[in-house]
Amino acid sequence: VAEADIISTVEFNHSGELLATGDKGGRVVIFQQEQENKIQSLSRGEYNVYSTFQSHEPEFDYLKSLEIEEKINKIRWLPQKNAAQFLLSTNDKTIKLWKISERDKRPEGYNLKEEDGRYRDPSTVTTLRVPVFRPMDLMVEASPRRIFANAHTYHINSISINSDYETYLSADDLRINLWHLEITDRSFNIVDIKPANMEELTEVITAAEFHPNSCNTFVYSSSKGTIRLCDMRASALCDRHSKLFEEPEDPSNRSFFSEIISSISDVKFSHSGRYMMTRDYLSVKIWDLNMENRPVETYQVHEYLRSKLCSLYENDCIFDKFECCWNGSDSVVMTGSYNNFFRMFDRNTKRDITLEASRENNKPRTVLKPRKVCASGKRKKDEISVDSLDFNKKILHTAWHPKENIIAVATTNNLYIFQDKVN
Amino acid sequence: MECALDAQSLISLSLRKIHSSRTQRGGIKLHKNLLVSYVLRNARQLYLSERYAELYRRQQHYQEGGLLLGAPPGCAPAGEIPPEFSPLQLAAEPEDPEPGMQQPRSCGLGCAAGGALGRGGGDLLEVPVCAALLPGAPQEDEPLELQPSPPQHPQPATPSALRRDSSPGFYRGGGGSSASPGLLYPVPTSCDFGSPAPPGSAMSSASGGASAHCSSRTTVLDLDTHVVTTVENGYLHQDCCSQCPCCCQGAAGLGAPPPTPGTKRKYYPGQEDEEDGDPGGVAVGGGSPFSLCSKRARFEDFSPEQPPDSSNISNLISIFGSGFTGLVSRQQADCEQPLNGQLCGKQALASLGAWTRAIVAF
Repeated sequence: VAEADIISTVEFNHSGELLATGDKGGRVVIFQQEQENKIQSLSRGEYNVYSTFQSHEPEFDYLKSLEIEEKINKIRWLPQKNAAQFLLSTNDKTIKLWKISERDKRPEGYNLKEEDGRYRDPSTVTTLRVPVFRPMDLMVEASPRRIFANAHTYHINSISINSDYETYLSADDLRINLWHLEITDRSFNIVDIKPANMEELTEVITAAEFHPNSCNTFVYSSSKGTIRLCDMRASALCDRHSKLFEEPEDPSNRSFFSEIISSISDVKFSHSGRYMMTRDYLSVKIWDLNMENRPVETYQVHEYLRSKLCSLYENDCIFDKFECCWNGSDSVVMTGSYNNFFRMFDRNTKRDITLEASRENNKPRTVLKPRKVCASGKRKKDEISVDSLDFNKKILHTAWHPKENIIAVATTNNLYIFQDKVN
Repeated sequence: MECALDAQSLISLSLRKIHSSRTQRGGIKLHKNLLVSYVLRNARQLYLSERYAELYRRQQHYQEGGLLLGAPPGCAPAGEIPPEFSPLQLAAEPEDPEPGMQQPRSCGLGCAAGGALGRGGGDLLEVPVCAALLPGAPQEDEPLELQPSPPQHPQPATPSALRRDSSPGFYRGGGGSSASPGLLYPVPTSCDFGSPAPPGSAMSSASGGASAHCSSRTTVLDLDTHVVTTVENGYLHQDCCSQCPCCCQGAAGLGAPPPTPGTKRKYYPGQEDEEDGDPGGVAVGGGSPFSLCSKRARFEDFSPEQPPDSSNISNLISIFGSGFTGLVSRQQADCEQPLNGQLCGKQALASLGAWTRAIVAF
């Protein structure tokens, strides 16, 4: 697998018609859903490649002698305001606003130019005509409209667009900055957890997100397993949280790796704004914003890995950052695991399912078969034992269509799009 | 939770990860290194507590018949054994119970155990730091060659036994050989009466000139404060460290008066900047070098030649050798305990090499 092809982020736009992926090579690939075939209505439209462009290039910071990776860490779509689409993409240091626009007509019939562009000798022009637009093959162009650079010393892990659709935040390990989408030369720092003495550093910011409805509220998660909710009305610098969400550690589970597995890798508000979901190494937790001392729901993603943490530390898998996502109605949450497995948890029925994203094991257009991992003891038929899981096949990025039951699941370098059966 | 690796292997594995992160694309990842340092701390706590328990048991055995060496171990490593070694481990217990790990009950008693533990302290110090130090060796082809497993050549348990270096390139003693600045290089000999070589000693073993001066000496250099501690013939002799008057406190009445606060010997590797003070500044607390008062010997011989990277690496290592416990802020608070190790704890914290500073700088 070419390293540049490793998918590093997946995101549906607000309508679900477009699906963007970013990869380690700095490219963005956008898929577009075909218009529904109303006659057939056996399935929703398929997603086909719509646009591909190089968003970020590798850079070199000469001052620090550091290479800046071109890997796209996050993509966030802006809501559509006109014919064009806009998205923010970021690598470790620089955020870019891209405009994706279609061109399906071109002007023809110039007086001074030939069709191929060559200029005509004015003396040969005897009549005048008005140029007209004629249809052409669809061309999708991506152009960078804003570049937001030089605001982050540490590695950017999150971007989140505010519900005011004018501002957005970007978060690195120690700081969160607030930007205006129109202004690239200035950014406000709203959270700074860098200690005066770096020796006192105990935690870093791992993810941040704006509240979907309240434009003054955002949350950020930490490597210590806490989430802080901040209100920008309270003060300019939101170092002091308004709410602190933290679940006390279970001392019976203490191990060498307790700190690592409690680090939160992703935080996502529900669409309603009432809940938020966090992902740590072994579990998914749903928090009610009104209750800080513990989550309201906890789902074990792959508890069978708890006894394998040492090996996972050795092979670095314990540092994998899994993301999580809500479905459109906030009734189901989804996250990835190893062996190309991904998990869904139904909050209402309390049922969960493990599915596999793999070409070998699933024929197209067939229903995915549920999988089961056998933690220990006798392995039943069709079960997979923990030791035969492939830890190189990890699903870190998943996305759920905002309105329909269509999911996008990224394996290392492949994107799978699944939809539920339409009757 | 059971771990397939023992604490020592975890430590070396963690340090390997930290070191290799320097060369990864995209620069040092602060988050990952922070997490690795937590594992390092946890493994080290376990390792130290186990070692302490073992040494205490040994000390109990020798206390009847053997020499009592008064220097508390907490000072021996001059902060290399961070507060967690003594007060923090004790203090940390209520807040951070780790049922799987042994409790360092011998901590306070270890101070009384003196040289054995001082030696042990040096040993203890050697282990994690040695693992840390290996990358810094100029001569090594594979700087990351760590020796996490028990010593390849077990040492005879005699005080005067010289432990030869299994990786001679790393550690040179004071006798004119070169060493990387900031390298912690114990010159191990057994100052432990009868105790077998601790597992870490082989890792830390160093040949070299220092041993030439004394037939049984272990010398440890604090990477961050550049104070050197030597354990010789079972006696600790150190230059008094300003921050370690407890060393003298522990002495069985033989020590010289505690050093003046603020004075300490500085070791000046050729290339490193020193924030304060003069290379010649020696604060000796008085008393004979062999007194039970802590003193620090000075390493005269240091040659600056080394690969360009090694000072960075050794800085990084010193940071971890002396300071990653600072990561846990609640432990910092705990170090204000009136125990023998208290001042060493403070020193360790004060001298914390800002591991993240190093990481950021990289």
